[in-house]
Amino acid sequence: MNGVRRTLPPALLVAAGVAAWQGVASLAAVDDLTLASPMETVAALADDLPLLLDGALVTLVEVVLGLGLAVAVGAVAAVGMHLVRPLRRAAYPVLVASQAIPVVVLAPLFVLAFDYGLAPKLAIVALICFFPVTVNLLDGLRSVEPDLLKLMRSLGASRLATLRRVELPAALPSFFSGLRVAATVSVIGAVFGEWAGADEGLGRLVLLANNQLQTPRVYAGIVLLTLMAVGLFLLAGLAERLAVPWKRSEAARP
Amino acid sequence: MATMQLKAAATKPQPAEEAFGVELRDVTRRFRSSRSGDVVALRGLDLSAADGEVLAVVGPSGCGKSTLLELLAGLGDPDEGSVTARGITSREGRLAACAYMPQRDLLLPWRNALANAALALEVQGVPAAAARRRALPLFQRFGLAEFAGALPAELSGGMRQRVAFLRTLLAGRPVLLLDEPFGALDSITRAAMQEWLAEALAAEPRTVVLVTHDVREALYLGDRVAVLSPRPGRLVAELGVPFERPRPRRKTVTDPAFAALEERALQALETAPQP
Repeated sequence: MNGVRRTLPPALLVAAGVAAWQGVASLAAVDDLTLASPMETVAALADDLPLLLDGALVTLVEVVLGLGLAVAVGAVAAVGMHLVRPLRRAAYPVLVASQAIPVVVLAPLFVLAFDYGLAPKLAIVALICFFPVTVNLLDGLRSVEPDLLKLMRSLGASRLATLRRVELPAALPSFFSGLRVAATVSVIGAVFGEWAGADEGLGRLVLLANNQLQTPRVYAGIVLLTLMAVGLFLLAGLAERLAVPWKRSEAARP
Repeated sequence: MATMQLKAAATKPQPAEEAFGVELRDVTRRFRSSRSGDVVALRGLDLSAADGEVLAVVGPSGCGKSTLLELLAGLGDPDEGSVTARGITSREGRLAACAYMPQRDLLLPWRNALANAALALEVQGVPAAAARRRALPLFQRFGLAEFAGALPAELSGGMRQRVAFLRTLLAGRPVLLLDEPFGALDSITRAAMQEWLAEALAAEPRTVVLVTHDVREALYLGDRVAVLSPRPGRLVAELGVPFERPRPRRKTVTDPAFAALEERALQALETAPQP
């Protein structure tokens, strides 16, 4: 019942959007090359499925590995910045500034530096995902109440014992918020990476199809990319529910 | 007041020949505040509790009661004067001698009640499973065994406070510092908790400094009650409570001698110099 109440509104909204899309695409003034209709998109999905899935698999590997890299590096960076205050002071502004550099312009540079293949895509996905992961985890680590830290000190806990038993578990919900954001933007990073130079992947397929005026295939690719991002977002949410079970029992508290 | 002689103890641990309690001598504590200059939380405060004594400290809100406990707990140093616990003046020594129970239970929401209490042992290097095994008898003794597996979110306020108290006990320190332990509870739970604590302290005798703003709670639980003035906190009255502990609650609080003490304490609070 609850599930239906939660999923029904977005489902209706998507249905309305698809209907409007079909309506616009069916207008006589709109030519098939400009806009593929939902029907044409579904047809393209069915016809080109093996091709699209091959590309999607390549992109998915880039995304998952890049995301993993971002989580690993981000976790080390966040814990390091949390424990060493001078490091935080020095690195935090640099971290923020690094986000101001548009990834689109970095992508070709990464391809130059790392060659075609997996490496530049990983680098771009990781660069995009690193920021939300690191900043959210750092905020989570720092959000532990001062009174709780006082209590730990009074119990004779070492800095590392406090980190392990209090700060890291307390930072998990915040970390997962960052991971959800990272999961959604990770696909964008992989597409940019492929556009800058690649010989496989869903992003490259979309670019190629666009150049060849195969509009329905472009739309089919976009649908798959979107599903990938949404799927990763939901997976991150599921992981959170498994890793942070106490949040639910807190929410259920009368 | 045997503790007075230990004033010169400086940083060296003393042999346990005297009754070791806690002592504050002429303690002043200021906090830097950029907006209003320095805030003086405590000024020239003398206070002591003998070994095994329950000293209850009452005072209006903001009289520096929490600061007092943090100094004793070794979470800070006084700007002037000396703070001694078990004959040791150094901050590390106070940290090792005192177990501090903050106002809120501060239970970790991801640990069940038993694991929360066992945390006190775990941070001292006891492996998690062994820590829980050692904590369990305490849960049984204090009637909490059936709640050992419950998460804090599933416990009532009073239960959470009991678990927090067991965590404090498990720290294994001779001195307990309790900061308004029942401040957040409703009055019925509060009365039950006071009785529970009185019995717990009878079963596990410790030197206790209990801070509260409730005069009746102070008189019911304390061997001695110290009344502090509004900030900067200083001692305005000290009352001995001539009842054996643990005390039957209703019989005690309705005793005329108890009422007279309560009257004296309230008067001391009212006539305390205003800042």
